[in-house]
Amino acid sequence: MSAPSDNVPIPAPAVRSKPLVIRHLPYFIGAAILVALAAGLRFDGYILNILLQATTFSIAVFGLSVVLGLCGQINLAQAAFFGLGAYAVGIGTTDLHLSFWLCLVGGCAIALLAGAFLGMSTLRLGGHYLAMVTISFQQIVTLVMINAIWLTRGPDGVPNIRRPELFQTSQSYLAFCVAMLAIVGYLVWHLSDTKLGRAMRAVRDNELAAGVNGIDVFRTKIYAFALCALLGGLAGGLFAGGFAYVSPDQFSFAESIVFLTMSLLGGVASPIGSAIGTGLLILIPEWLRFLKSVPGLYLAIYGLFVILIIRFMPDGIWGFVADAFNRWRAHTKAPPVAAALQLKPATVGGEYVLEVTGLSKHFGGLKAVDGVDIAVRRGGVHALIGPNGSGKTTTLNVLSGLYEATSGKIVLDGTDITHMPPHQRTAAGLGRTFQNIRLFRSMTALENVEIGAERPGNTMIGKGEDALTERAMEALNFVGLGNRANELISSFSYGHQRLIEIARALAANPTLLLLDEPAAGLNSTEKLELHELLKRIAAQGLTILIIDHDMTLVSEAAQHITVLNFGRRIADGESMAVLRHPDVVSAYLGSE
Amino acid sequence: MDLVLQLLFTGIGIGAVYALVALGFVLIFRATNVVNFAQGEFSMVAAYLMVVFAVDLGWPYWLSFLIALGGMALLGVIFNLGVYYPLRHRTFLPVIIATIGASILLSNSVLAIYGPQPQVLQGWFDTPGIQLGPVYLDSQYLLIIAVTIALVFFNYWFFEKTLLGKKLQATSQDKEMASLLGISVSTMIMITFIYSAVLGGLAGILVAPVLFVSIQMGSTIALKAFAATIIGGFGDVAGAIIGGLALGVIETFGAAYISVPYKDGFAFLVLVAFLIFRPQGIFGERVAEKA
Repeated sequence: MSAPSDNVPIPAPAVRSKPLVIRHLPYFIGAAILVALAAGLRFDGYILNILLQATTFSIAVFGLSVVLGLCGQINLAQAAFFGLGAYAVGIGTTDLHLSFWLCLVGGCAIALLAGAFLGMSTLRLGGHYLAMVTISFQQIVTLVMINAIWLTRGPDGVPNIRRPELFQTSQSYLAFCVAMLAIVGYLVWHLSDTKLGRAMRAVRDNELAAGVNGIDVFRTKIYAFALCALLGGLAGGLFAGGFAYVSPDQFSFAESIVFLTMSLLGGVASPIGSAIGTGLLILIPEWLRFLKSVPGLYLAIYGLFVILIIRFMPDGIWGFVADAFNRWRAHTKAPPVAAALQLKPATVGGEYVLEVTGLSKHFGGLKAVDGVDIAVRRGGVHALIGPNGSGKTTTLNVLSGLYEATSGKIVLDGTDITHMPPHQRTAAGLGRTFQNIRLFRSMTALENVEIGAERPGNTMIGKGEDALTERAMEALNFVGLGNRANELISSFSYGHQRLIEIARALAANPTLLLLDEPAAGLNSTEKLELHELLKRIAAQGLTILIIDHDMTLVSEAAQHITVLNFGRRIADGESMAVLRHPDVVSAYLGSE
Repeated sequence: MDLVLQLLFTGIGIGAVYALVALGFVLIFRATNVVNFAQGEFSMVAAYLMVVFAVDLGWPYWLSFLIALGGMALLGVIFNLGVYYPLRHRTFLPVIIATIGASILLSNSVLAIYGPQPQVLQGWFDTPGIQLGPVYLDSQYLLIIAVTIALVFFNYWFFEKTLLGKKLQATSQDKEMASLLGISVSTMIMITFIYSAVLGGLAGILVAPVLFVSIQMGSTIALKAFAATIIGGFGDVAGAIIGGLALGVIETFGAAYISVPYKDGFAFLVLVAFLIFRPQGIFGERVAEKA
């Protein structure tokens, strides 16, 4: 096959591969100007305190934009992590006479470890567990701050906290904090376009789909949570140095809620939104000082804000602005050009790509799958059919690791995958689509397919972002949607969403592709196109295991059919012979 | 040994309160798949209503009690309409955040109105308690335990034997199917919120004479109740009750033998231990969503 990339005009890739540092230069220039302003302008003490507070709080709220915005996990203890960093600097530089830098790093490490521990104990479970556990953790940290007087000096707090030698004046310390803010902001902003950031967004949008696309969901959540805690600790350490005094009430549950409100108000998905929300919620109470004269009143208003923002402005102020901007810009951005898709399924094993023996899945007393054997020959299309409730989708879910097998063995291309979690099976070469489409709905078609292409062990992509984008574009072109690569999933029709899901699986260059009722919900034209697509996939030597109800599609596409009924295999063999098998006929049509 | 018996009684009494609030959690969770983080504030608000009517206005205890429960029913309606219902088609995260917002709104509104000083509410009975052998049985704790037992039976009767209860169960198990059978899903959810607000309020009123009536009582009770639901197995009614009782006992013994200031921390430690070693709880959470 010729490589159409020869025809690509040279400037196009050249624009894309401009070094990141140059593309992002305006950001650094802007940041440098801000730092210079912070260092150079003369502020009075009151303004300086407000700026210092806004800067350090923003860094803590950046943490929430990672964990809540990117990864969709909740953290109601950010003030506790903030407090860990602050007390590390507070106790370290006073009672222990350690260097500020050592204390700052130590505080970050403590927050990181605490975050990782909380995450590991809770993140396997649903989000409501995380919410409650973080609240509990917040309460514990406050209890310790108040009661462990030998360590924290109790409710009196820690005064006379020292700053580093280099930044003794408040003005220079502020400039230092602004520089930290700029660096952390840059990292958080850039994070969402890295592999880890994409994984976090995938987890937020659809955990199951993330898992079967090779993402370790649990680990990704822990990274997000630990990173959030780390940023909380860093912000707290900077805060302690800035204000020279810390006490338990500065790090209470109420402060965690303030952080959350800041993050939601500005826009949870972006660091710019975080900074806007933080600035506003520090300034507004300063302007409306009478609110603070009644205890509880301003927090009550924050609570009301939270409800109203969630209801009417779920993406926050910045989300609202960015959305309008993107809608205007989306039309101007042309998708990159790419070559034809190459599928090179791995060929390490023998004649059979998939060997399933004695596979069972029982739910209590219900034997949904009961001792099924399936052998899928390399390079062919193999269909798994059966009446409703016969155990087809359960079989597929056991194969892709969403259910643990009750008994039996699954060997993929010579590797025993029976006890692997979904993402490891994907790494071993399994790809799949879902009957009820599971795309990452907040992302573009291209980003969805990129996540597929990022499968660990995909030998078909080179190093770097450009190679990834190219591979994803190839897959989208293959299903005929390359020209719409930069559109959001919600703008595609149902049939096209199916094609994107197939493209996502193909971009990963799997050894075996599982298709779960790909024709369901398609009209007759779309079914014909699907059939053509399956032929083109099979022509490249990729093995397919397909479940479908459409007998025309199955009988034309598949060379080999396995039939299930009531969880047991009732027929297996060459297509035409199986479809005429009397047991199969009676299973579908009933017997006399 | 006498001390052990005494602590056991106190622990069960306080655990019964956790169990009542946990029950409210479980009911809402089963009906809406959402954890209501303002459940504890229901208890706090009801306790303050009692303070307003029975203490400040000096109205009869039973009348104040009825008014307070009526107020909770109303709060349940407002809560559903203002917080849950507009978000019912969104994912669980926005709903959780909204209920947290509601919890902050409720507790701080009460703080703004009533100030931070804890209030005192008398118990239902004039007799402080009875001496039974070596154990002193506080009358309020006896009442709490009795009400909890009565409510367990009432719940069983209500959900298993009445048509309304069965409709509520049907709604919580499959909303689409329930609506196809002519059950008004939104009415059922409304009833669930009213019932769990009243239940939470009842717990608050019962526990108020034992603790002080304070702004923090809601979140403290809610945390324990939530820990109780996890220990018992999320979404399981029997689990919530057993978990609540177990937590009350553990906490009381922990405070007596280990440390008083960290009393509220034991629930968290037990919770984390369960999350690590037996996250499905004693009775097991129902299977999560799959493809």
